[in-house]
Amino acid sequence: MLEIQELHKHFGPIQAVRGVSFQVEKGEVLGFLGPNGAGKSTTMRMITGFLPPTSGTARLNGHDITDDAVEAKRQIGYLPENAPAYGDMTVTNFLRFIAEVRGFSGKDRDLRVDAAIEKARLSSVRHQTIGTLSKGYRQRVCFSQAILHDPPVLIMDEPTDGLDPNQKHLVRNMIREMASRKAIVISTHILEEVEAVCSRAIIIANGRIVANGSPAELKARSNLHGAVELTVKQPEEAIYRELSGLPSAARVEQDGPQYTIYPRNPERLFTDVTQLVRQHDWHPTGLKHIEGRLEDVFRELTLGPDTSNRLN
Amino acid sequence: MDCLHNTKAIIKRELKSYFESPIAYVFLVVFLMLTAFLTFMVGRYYENGQADLRAFFWWHPWVYLILVPAAAMRLWAEERRSGTIELLLTLPVTLSQAILGKFLAAWTFLAIALVLTFPVILTTYYLGSPDSGVILCGYIGSFFLAGTYLSVGMLTSAMTRNQVISFVVSVLACLFLLLAGWPPVTDFLVRAAQDSPALQWILQAVSSLSFMPHFENIQRGVVAVRDWVYFISIMAFMLFATHLVLENRKAS
Ligand SMILES: Nc1ncnc2c1ncn2[C@@H]1O[C@H](COP(=O)(O)OP(=O)(O)OP(=O)(O)O)[C@@H](O)[C@H]1O
Ligand SMILES: [Mg+2]
Repeated sequence: MLEIQELHKHFGPIQAVRGVSFQVEKGEVLGFLGPNGAGKSTTMRMITGFLPPTSGTARLNGHDITDDAVEAKRQIGYLPENAPAYGDMTVTNFLRFIAEVRGFSGKDRDLRVDAAIEKARLSSVRHQTIGTLSKGYRQRVCFSQAILHDPPVLIMDEPTDGLDPNQKHLVRNMIREMASRKAIVISTHILEEVEAVCSRAIIIANGRIVANGSPAELKARSNLHGAVELTVKQPEEAIYRELSGLPSAARVEQDGPQYTIYPRNPERLFTDVTQLVRQHDWHPTGLKHIEGRLEDVFRELTLGPDTSNRLN
Repeated sequence: MDCLHNTKAIIKRELKSYFESPIAYVFLVVFLMLTAFLTFMVGRYYENGQADLRAFFWWHPWVYLILVPAAAMRLWAEERRSGTIELLLTLPVTLSQAILGKFLAAWTFLAIALVLTFPVILTTYYLGSPDSGVILCGYIGSFFLAGTYLSVGMLTSAMTRNQVISFVVSVLACLFLLLAGWPPVTDFLVRAAQDSPALQWILQAVSSLSFMPHFENIQRGVVAVRDWVYFISIMAFMLFATHLVLENRKAS
């Protein structure tokens, strides 16, 4: 569906993107993560044909964005960063314009516009001028613009930026609902969103891909993955000693009545700790198996020593 | 066929956005009042004792000098400032279609302004029996002159995100193209450069770039191919330059 090969983009001395390749198939929702300035938006702008790549290319449904741009652009719905839209138009007129450029006319056009307004829940503001809408509504107008023609590829740069929690939930549900019929790429800084909607995530830093896998696989790269959190009524020196003595434990951290046991052998640790708890009279009040957090993996992978993508 | 609907959609949107903002009406009122004032008061239309529109068209290059850059400054600068250019150029349109769509929309708007000057013609027909061919030529010449100014304004609009800068640069550029061939200026310069044939040659080359001689030819009802070729090639060149500028700077 979407194939990206060795994309590079240089802005003078700044190498914003350096060799990004990946594929997204129908049915996948790819989360595009990375710190500020990592090159997410630049990559998306190249995929959608706004910026010409310095080298490399993207193919959408078999159409090359550099050689066959117009046909390739037909395959895409794009929500740019900051959701730009013509401020002097009403919501309906704006969507009509988009529909017309995309080749719908007459009744067909009006049906598309109505459906898009319905989906993004914009009925109450459909005759309002876009410039007078709140940020969240503007975001939704731009979102409805992207899905109006039911594109096979959907590219969204921070789609939930500026939305209230209800709207975030709504947008995520819509993405999940559309997922089976489309190839979707979203960039985001909200890691819980990745776990909520993405089937795969790519982390980029300094214009390069540093991780590519399902959210579960990425979490498995966290050093907390497989750790166990034990809370007891009365902390004791003996508990610490016993836990540290486990062969499957790497080390133990204590914070009041709460012990965090880092794994040496993530598969065995939980069983071992449970056994210990059962043998002793520690009065546990909580026992938790930790999967690891994306946030930790993200920090580990993107806080490398080379945090600048400028040429020196 | 297929590629036409999106250019058409862009033309429609642009035209609508002129008329949905107060700018269009301010523009039209200023244009009509200015041309009427200059024709009837300054141009001493009535005292000429002739039923023709020479006094009317004579002012057009000067009125356009201010008003056309004002109508053009928004075209790309605003798209770039607000980021909608990213939306527009990721729709299934080519850059040329987008440029052409915007240009044709703005030109249509100027044509509407020109058509609304019809009371002047009615007055002329009421006062006497003017040469209709000359009037028609005058209008067509004025229309092409407006398009040429517009193409300059479109280029400066593509070069910046700031409408005011676009306006100022485009007024200066148009002023240069105007004065370079305006008889009072060229006569003065030619006299000054009397002794140096090389300088005279350069002056002639520069003044041949000017709108003015071509506009005046058409005004006089002289229908020469080279005047049309001039207007069309300046417009084509400016649109091409706009294409280059946007291609290289649309994201910055
Ligand atoms: N038009 C441009 N001219 C020069 N440099 C640019 C341009 N656009 C982006 N850059 C640079 O490219 C790098 C990547 O920017 P990009 O916008 O892709 O980051 P991002 O990953 O989207 O960040 P964020 O999370 O803040 O949105 C940055 O260093 C930025 O300064
Ligand atoms: Mg970004």
